[in-house]
Amino acid sequence: MYRETDIIQTIPGTDEMVINVGPQHPSTHGVLHLVLTINGEIVKKVEPHIGYIHRSIEKMCESLTYRQFIYSTSRMDYLAAHTNNHACAMCVEQGMGIEVPLRAQYIRVLMDELTRIASHCLWWGSIAMDCGAVTPFFLAFREREMINTIMEETCGARLTMNYNVPGGVMADIHPTFQQSVKDFVRHFRSKIDEYDELVTGNIIFQSRLKGVGKLSKEDAISYGCTGPTARASGVSCDVRKHFPYEIYNQIDFKEITHTAGDSYARYLMRLAEMRESMNIIEQLIDNIPEGDYLAKTKAVLKLPKGEFYSRVETPRGELGVYIVSEGGTTPYRIKFRSPGFSNLSALDHMTRGHKIGDLVAIMGTLDLVIPDIDR
Amino acid sequence: MFSLEDITQSVHNWLYETMHPTLALMVEFAIIGVLVIALFAFLGLVLVMMERKVSSWMQLRLGPNRIGPWGWFQTVADTVKLIVKEGMTPNNVDRLLFNLAPILVIIVSMVIMAPIMFAKGFQIWDINIGVLFVSAVSSLSIIGILMAGWASNNKYSLLGAMRSGAQIVSYELSAGLSMLTIVVLTGSLKMSDIIQAQETGWWLFKGHIPAIIAFVIFIIAATAETNRAPFDLAEAESELTAGFHTEYSGMKFALFFLAEYVNIFVVCAIGATLFLGGWMPFHVGNWEQFNHIMDYIPTSIWFFGKTFFLIFVIMWFRWTFPRLRIDQLLNLEWKYLLPISIFNILLVTVIALAGWHF
Amino acid sequence: MTREDLQQDLTGRFPDFTFEEGGQFLTMHVPAAQWSNIAYFLRDTPEMQFDFLFCLTCVDWLKHLTMVYHLRSYTHKHELVVKCQLDRDNAEIASAAYIWRTAEFHEREVFELFGVNFLQHPDLRKLILPDDWVGYPLRKDYDDPINMIKL
Repeated sequence: MYRETDIIQTIPGTDEMVINVGPQHPSTHGVLHLVLTINGEIVKKVEPHIGYIHRSIEKMCESLTYRQFIYSTSRMDYLAAHTNNHACAMCVEQGMGIEVPLRAQYIRVLMDELTRIASHCLWWGSIAMDCGAVTPFFLAFREREMINTIMEETCGARLTMNYNVPGGVMADIHPTFQQSVKDFVRHFRSKIDEYDELVTGNIIFQSRLKGVGKLSKEDAISYGCTGPTARASGVSCDVRKHFPYEIYNQIDFKEITHTAGDSYARYLMRLAEMRESMNIIEQLIDNIPEGDYLAKTKAVLKLPKGEFYSRVETPRGELGVYIVSEGGTTPYRIKFRSPGFSNLSALDHMTRGHKIGDLVAIMGTLDLVIPDIDR
Repeated sequence: MFSLEDITQSVHNWLYETMHPTLALMVEFAIIGVLVIALFAFLGLVLVMMERKVSSWMQLRLGPNRIGPWGWFQTVADTVKLIVKEGMTPNNVDRLLFNLAPILVIIVSMVIMAPIMFAKGFQIWDINIGVLFVSAVSSLSIIGILMAGWASNNKYSLLGAMRSGAQIVSYELSAGLSMLTIVVLTGSLKMSDIIQAQETGWWLFKGHIPAIIAFVIFIIAATAETNRAPFDLAEAESELTAGFHTEYSGMKFALFFLAEYVNIFVVCAIGATLFLGGWMPFHVGNWEQFNHIMDYIPTSIWFFGKTFFLIFVIMWFRWTFPRLRIDQLLNLEWKYLLPISIFNILLVTVIALAGWHF
Repeated sequence: MTREDLQQDLTGRFPDFTFEEGGQFLTMHVPAAQWSNIAYFLRDTPEMQFDFLFCLTCVDWLKHLTMVYHLRSYTHKHELVVKCQLDRDNAEIASAAYIWRTAEFHEREVFELFGVNFLQHPDLRKLILPDDWVGYPLRKDYDDPINMIKL
């Protein structure tokens, strides 16, 4: 039976229709909700609706002490929990003036880089899956599993590590840590070449990504993009280089930038970052100095009155932690400047005029993690 | 030697001896109907299982391994689940078209079965325009898909159906042209003639380069026509969740699912018949001795072996390649495959006229 | 520009504005009414070129709200924090979304969580909260007796 209300409605006066992508959709990797205005296959407008898993971590942190609040940040960017904890611990250390032992600094950097590889592995699998190839996802999980095992040995957890505490790390590294990291790097060096053979060289994959979702350098800066997204557009914004924390200023590593600014550049960017992370790990793994892994701190931490901002290069970009302290044991106000939130704001600009299939590829290369956006 | 031809022939003779011819014909229809439905069920179970095992093998997994030995009865359990599941019809859908679409799709794939020769002398209908029949009927399945997409009253379904329409209509062309290459070489549209013409070697080897080009184009077009990755835009799950069958559930969904797998079987069977000799054993020219040894393998095994090899190739594609974008998909057809096919058919005509093939 | 140079330069141009002593970044207090002009100035002046707004947030001080803008220049590698005091009952400030486009999302977030009204914002709607949400959750006096657990 045909009724006027039954048929799919277009926006009056145009051929455009509005379509909801998400909150439950295979390519949004979480509960992101995009309202697309499309004309046939062409995307005219993307309007992100977020907040489906907003837990208001910022508000919760206001009633948690400086030791406690770090744990809730693991749940922000759950694929790179270590870097989140790192930024928070650094911010507290900065406020308290705690000197972190060199051993702890080495361990933190090693863990950061392992986290980066693990996160990029998952991203690599999911971008391939967004483009329709399912198999790479399983290959990437094989390598990610090795990192998770290393994390489990030392930190006791696989995903939400909570390994960083103000003053250092929670426990010393596992006796087999160095050996298993070395094994992993040796294994991964050959596997990442396999990744290139399987996906990077594929002509379909290249044609899906090349020239898609261009983001100029000016736009990348204006939209506040950071991390691989911005560096693929030629913005030199690696926090590890420009605002070195821990021992990054003693490590010899390159900041990789591309100038194309399209999805393919972002793809190459992250693969190159994985290789660079392995270089960093190889430089550090044999030279972890002996000594304390945790500085002596008071039982109750009280930050002096003031404002503190610390930043860390997470796999997705610059994570800033802004603490306003009134001198008490809990933060007065805390703000997490999450990289995904700013990167998401550029999505509309990048996607307009492209096809629906491109939207998925662009979202994939932006590497959005929804809890990181929602906080 | 065991032969399906003898069995069918004796059943045929017995029926006509004992019954009135009309009644005998009716009984034969019934037998064929039962056999086709049985084949459908069998193919559904085996191909789904094969797909899951092939994909798990390529993805470092075990695949289904709980029900039965090595999980071989998993698909039986799946079927039971799908049958007992409620076949929902959402509100505000066009009920007639919505319910008709899966049936139409499955009927189309049943009808294409008719001219396929499963073994020597084992065929439903040796129609003299077999190849034409196949290419004509197979393009009907798009109507079912468009119906499903339109009637679902869902934007994803509509987009999926439109993509599917554009895709199948385009790829029909190059699939038809590559089938035509073999028709030109054989000089007949009849399936049995085409197979008989390959007695001295399969067309893939006898037909020089044009046959190889046609074979490659046919495989690409067949993958596209069956909506399989890398051409699975109609149901691209990362873009359109499930495309045209988003709103379907239970047995109605299962019919789409079954039709997809049976279509794969059919196009691979056609490919095997045209290019790899169908049931014809591997013969090389006039090496009598060698050909004689090859004849010892039953013709049904040759046919199913070739078909399943092609099915494996198509599955291999699916688990290796990323998906194309819709404009790239159409570019590939209209800018590359179609001109190559047209050129190829001219080339093969010259070869056939001059008699340069073996 | 180093921090001292920047402070000198800015003091020379805007003698009325106060600067905070100490702290991690050079912090400048700007009246909310002048924020829009200052923002354009900070971005477009060749010596400043603060092209990257890397953090935008608001702090509720119970008596008033404070908008905090963290700015960085990729060209000159210097950083500046700009603070604007807002009236708590009638919080209004010019939007920076046309100056730094990242501000669009950050301002929408601050709008719903703090109740700051951004003037001339291109699309000021709730971003995170449901559309029918009442109250501004990140304000210090916000109370939700059912869902909030007091420690």
